[in-house]
Amino acid sequence: MSDIMPQLSTFIRTSILKQPNRAIEPGEPLISSGLIDSFSLMDLALFVEDTFGVRIEDTELNADTFDNLTQLASLIESRK
Amino acid sequence: MTIFPERLQALHARTPERVAVVLQFSGLDDVPVTYNRLLRGANSYARTLEREGIGPGDVVVLILQHGEDLVYSFWGAVLHGAVPSIMPFLTEKLSPERYRADLSALISVTKPAAIITYSEFEAEVRTALREGDSVRSVIIADRIEASSDLNVASLKGFQRRPEDIVLLQHSSGTTGLQKGVALSHQAVFNQLNAYGRTLSLSQEDVIVSWLPLYHDMGLIAGFLMPILTGIPLVLMSPFDWVRAPYRLMQSVSKYRGTLAWLPNFAYNFCTQKIRDRHLEGVDLSSWRAIINCSEPVRWESHIAFYNRFRHHGLKSEVLQTSYAMAENVFAVTQSRLGSAPVVEEIDREALMSERVARSPLEGRPSMKMMSSGRPLDNVRLRVIDEIGEDVPERVIGEVAIQSDCLLMGYYNRPDLTEKSFRDGWYLTGDYGYIHAGEVFVSGRKKDMIIVGGKNVYPQDLEALTYEVAGVHSGRSVAFGLFDEVQGTEEVVMIAEVDSEDPAEHQRIADAIRQHVTRNSAIALRYVKVVGPRWIVKTSSGKTARSANKEKFLRELENMGIEEK
Repeated sequence: MSDIMPQLSTFIRTSILKQPNRAIEPGEPLISSGLIDSFSLMDLALFVEDTFGVRIEDTELNADTFDNLTQLASLIESRK
Repeated sequence: MTIFPERLQALHARTPERVAVVLQFSGLDDVPVTYNRLLRGANSYARTLEREGIGPGDVVVLILQHGEDLVYSFWGAVLHGAVPSIMPFLTEKLSPERYRADLSALISVTKPAAIITYSEFEAEVRTALREGDSVRSVIIADRIEASSDLNVASLKGFQRRPEDIVLLQHSSGTTGLQKGVALSHQAVFNQLNAYGRTLSLSQEDVIVSWLPLYHDMGLIAGFLMPILTGIPLVLMSPFDWVRAPYRLMQSVSKYRGTLAWLPNFAYNFCTQKIRDRHLEGVDLSSWRAIINCSEPVRWESHIAFYNRFRHHGLKSEVLQTSYAMAENVFAVTQSRLGSAPVVEEIDREALMSERVARSPLEGRPSMKMMSSGRPLDNVRLRVIDEIGEDVPERVIGEVAIQSDCLLMGYYNRPDLTEKSFRDGWYLTGDYGYIHAGEVFVSGRKKDMIIVGGKNVYPQDLEALTYEVAGVHSGRSVAFGLFDEVQGTEEVVMIAEVDSEDPAEHQRIADAIRQHVTRNSAIALRYVKVVGPRWIVKTSSGKTARSANKEKFLRELENMGIEEK
């Protein structure tokens, strides 16, 4: 789990937010805050699948499934 | 000459059990809605409107999500002779306060007599209402009672005339919601007839769509055209599609879809985001036209899409283009089906600096322009200069049109309506050129940004930044930047603050990003916070969007992408 979060964070900062120097707190809301929009959510799901070999189904792409880095990382961990 | 209720009734009389719409829902079974079921559902809404004292000609705003209620309430309003207008539903990321403000903006200009929504959204809607405003009734979709009186011919909508307003279409945001395009029954039928001829529509066709119904492309091509011409429609929610773009392919394969309309970004989106495992057994050979419209059309997007899906039966000549706008009901031009749209290579610099589209000289940078086709047979189209004179072929000017399907006006906005016409020609606000009868659209006169097919007014986004602490009114600027990978424009926001401290800039940039997204449902791709006197102003003190865009691009080039 320790190496999942930095990878997720880097991807979100560089590819989605295009602010590589921005810090993302582990508990910072990503979806409910509007930081990640629905188009980018799809990118995140594809990144997770390619990087960690874990699938997130389209019906799960909402704030109920995960809304911050910690939750997403544990979701990935639990499916590995 | 006919009206919507008569046409619907005629289709119902001829084939009551024919499926008009298949509604698709993620994770649930498809719901086939026959003309009989549609008419019954709509009838119940019409009777409710009658009971609530809503009169023919009154505007009814629909705030509903994809589903049967949206379909029935729209047609119910029409059968009652009222004027439906669909407003986007609140999404999870949009703040309720802003939604309320948008709704108030809509109410203040459009003056609806009724709003139809769900019980769980009723309180939200009511907070936007004011003592003495036009809204006499909030109708709750989940409490509509099925009417036993099925004598639809007695409904008041049958007394409407072809020249009466049948519906209003708005674009999004505070500015867009105050500008409802009013269309008559006749205008819509004139469009459908002309467009139907161009497309050679037939009973063999099946339209598959995920487009939202509050947008002209979804409302006309992906809703009214199929239902009013007896062509089956397979309709899914835009929210389901954006999370699972493969659903479009699977639905086309399952229902043997023949026609679809997509904004340019969707070609890139489908190309990049559909996995092979979702295409197993998918056969796209039934598709005879996929029509690219509602944002600038890109040849590169077509090529990528074709290469991605050709092994699944997609034929290259299927990829088509159109130039469309709500003010003309929908299509203005259409590429000729059966062959690929005309693509020409032009000199990039000549287009930018001389505003002329000519072949590039040897070794000069060039770009590909894809034609949006030729005007429909009921449309006259000119390209004019600033004083309204025709410009020569290949010279860029403003596109102006005349047709028998133009808007009656912007609803309750005679001022805007008057400004949009010159000597009887509707001024589209789009720049383009004509060559050999083909229409090429090259840009916009208006500052409007088109993000994923959605029209966004930069002034709405700028106004939002002024609500962020540290940003002063009049000191931010928003503009669109075309992104090759996404195939659409992305929004850049620059805000000027008093501080020169980078940490403070970062903090404000975050706050702006969050505030604008929460209040506009538009994601900002680049947020740049700058120190005093960065923003370029015109002599009159107004923000010059194009000058600031150039400055931003120059800095981006100089600094690499690190500081974006």
